[in-house]
Amino acid sequence: MGSAATLPVSPPHPSPLPANGAREYSAAVLTTDTVVLDQPRDAFEEQAIPATRVRGYWQSVFYRLRHDPVTLSFAAIVLLIVLAAICAPLIAPFDPFKESIVGRLKPFGWRGHPLGTDELGRDMLSRLIYGGRVSLMMGVVPVLIASLVGGLLGVVGGFVGGRTNTAIMRTMDVFYAFPSVLLAVAIAGAMGGGMANGMLALTLVFIPPMCRVAETATTQIRALDFIEAARASGARTTTIIRYHILGNVLGPVFIYASSLVSVSILLASGLSFLGLGVRPPVPDWGLMLSTLRQSIYVVPFVCALPGVAIFITSMCCNLVSDGLRAAMDVRM
Amino acid sequence: MIRYILRRILYAIPIAFGVSVVCFSLVYIAPGDPLQTVMPPDATAETIAIVKHAYGFDKPLPVQFLIWLGRVLTGDFGVSIATRRPVFLEVSEALANTALLAMFAVPLAFFTGYVMGAVAGSFAGRWVDRVVTGAAVVGVSLPNYWFGIVLVIVFAVEYMLLPATGMGPNGSTGFSLLQWSNVQFLILPVITLAMIPIGILARTTRAAVAEVRNQDFVQTLRAKGLSEWAVTRHVLKNAMPQVMAVMGLQFGYLLGGSILVETVFTWPGSGFLLSKAIINRDVPVLQGTILVLSLVFVATNLVVDLLQSLIDPRIRRA
Repeated sequence: MGSAATLPVSPPHPSPLPANGAREYSAAVLTTDTVVLDQPRDAFEEQAIPATRVRGYWQSVFYRLRHDPVTLSFAAIVLLIVLAAICAPLIAPFDPFKESIVGRLKPFGWRGHPLGTDELGRDMLSRLIYGGRVSLMMGVVPVLIASLVGGLLGVVGGFVGGRTNTAIMRTMDVFYAFPSVLLAVAIAGAMGGGMANGMLALTLVFIPPMCRVAETATTQIRALDFIEAARASGARTTTIIRYHILGNVLGPVFIYASSLVSVSILLASGLSFLGLGVRPPVPDWGLMLSTLRQSIYVVPFVCALPGVAIFITSMCCNLVSDGLRAAMDVRM
Repeated sequence: MIRYILRRILYAIPIAFGVSVVCFSLVYIAPGDPLQTVMPPDATAETIAIVKHAYGFDKPLPVQFLIWLGRVLTGDFGVSIATRRPVFLEVSEALANTALLAMFAVPLAFFTGYVMGAVAGSFAGRWVDRVVTGAAVVGVSLPNYWFGIVLVIVFAVEYMLLPATGMGPNGSTGFSLLQWSNVQFLILPVITLAMIPIGILARTTRAAVAEVRNQDFVQTLRAKGLSEWAVTRHVLKNAMPQVMAVMGLQFGYLLGGSILVETVFTWPGSGFLLSKAIINRDVPVLQGTILVLSLVFVATNLVVDLLQSLIDPRIRRA
């Protein structure tokens, strides 16, 4: 259920971590240590070469990903879209800002414009390629920042526990009480739009759910025996957090973040659609959809194009995230 | 049971308080002076001070907050800058229109999503499952504001079957569910609104049903000789609480998050009011709408929690 959209940054329900997330690490560390110390050398070597080689966690994740053609192909599409946005000046057939009075609102294929032109006569294909830059950035940057801030807050809260945790989580509960679209619109609307404000609003929307994911995972890990064992063997708190907690919390946080990218792209375009994102003439999918809405009676299919771009990007991100989740065996 | 209900209600109060703090502070994160919009540009420092005093802007923030909260609790949300009407009136009228959409979108989404998810979960791994899961991903990733535009292009522009925007024919007053001339305006927005919840519900239901089917008691039911249909009924019943929780959230999101869809269809609901308020920089309306919508959302969550505990007594003890 993690991903979502009206735009339900749906609250992840606490659920037990998969066994290979939490336990395999500690078991592996402990056994190799004891084996090396106690066993005579030849006996150890005999044991170390079992009939079937056991894969490590990340190895098995990559193995599963390699054998998942669906996820791989959708990941390839996402990669293509990202590359197209980065290399926009190289591949765009026209200048995305060049207007033409005679060439306004033309259909597909008009005078070498493969996807037609917009209300100011600018080439649609070029604007769509350039538009990906803003839309993707507004989709990814808030998720990155929110993962860092929310993840940190969650890990600290979950590890320290007690009053600190209660204070953090109750504050987050307040922001949970807003539907995500509403909160984003409220913050961006009050601050007056613009790309930076839009990204800030989205970041604030994503911090609480991120924090909850990290907190749930941390609280569960903290209660496990191997943390106790690490502490008993004299590991410092920073070491425990760095190796044992982070190692096990990063998985769920990463998966949740990947599912948020699709939501973030939808929300960011939604903000631009309402006029709260970038300002014209900068091309952005949401903004293009909004300005072309007036022209649906002239060139209906051209007007629907920016939405197609949003939809395809968001869907591919969703499917890649689903595939990653299955491969990493993280349940939320 | 009564103790559980009281505890949940008590727990909702600090949340509601926090929500009102956030809404109050919206005015202060807005750039510029909150009085800028009502003051003439050539006002002297003296006049500004007088007006500030009259509006209470010279008092410390916590005091201002308490005064504001006191007014809000009596239903006084201030006056809209754009229309000069009381914000409370504007918001309540708009909310009624949004509720009208939700009234149809929620059952549509719930029924469709639940059936899709139940079918997919019962045939997990088979082709039906793949088709439904694929359709659900489409629903979840759909920019509904774009889907609305596509529906308008197809049904209003190309085939001219349904009206594109608005809530009734020009010059009509009131909205009657018995007249086709009114009802036809509902169809496209309701379908658009339902798309995302359908996807989310189908995914949730599928996961819940597939999970319940793997539990031991299902094996027992089969072993004692129940028909497959009877087993399915047990499974669906057990998957219900989880699905209901998500549905409740979706209902709240529909009320609060319909801003994009209402903007597309210029449906005069709370979301449309909000987007107008943003364009006009009408902060009292912005603040009031968001406060009311989020309080409705808090209340919906409360009701859903209580309903869930009615169905599933295990939740009460947690």
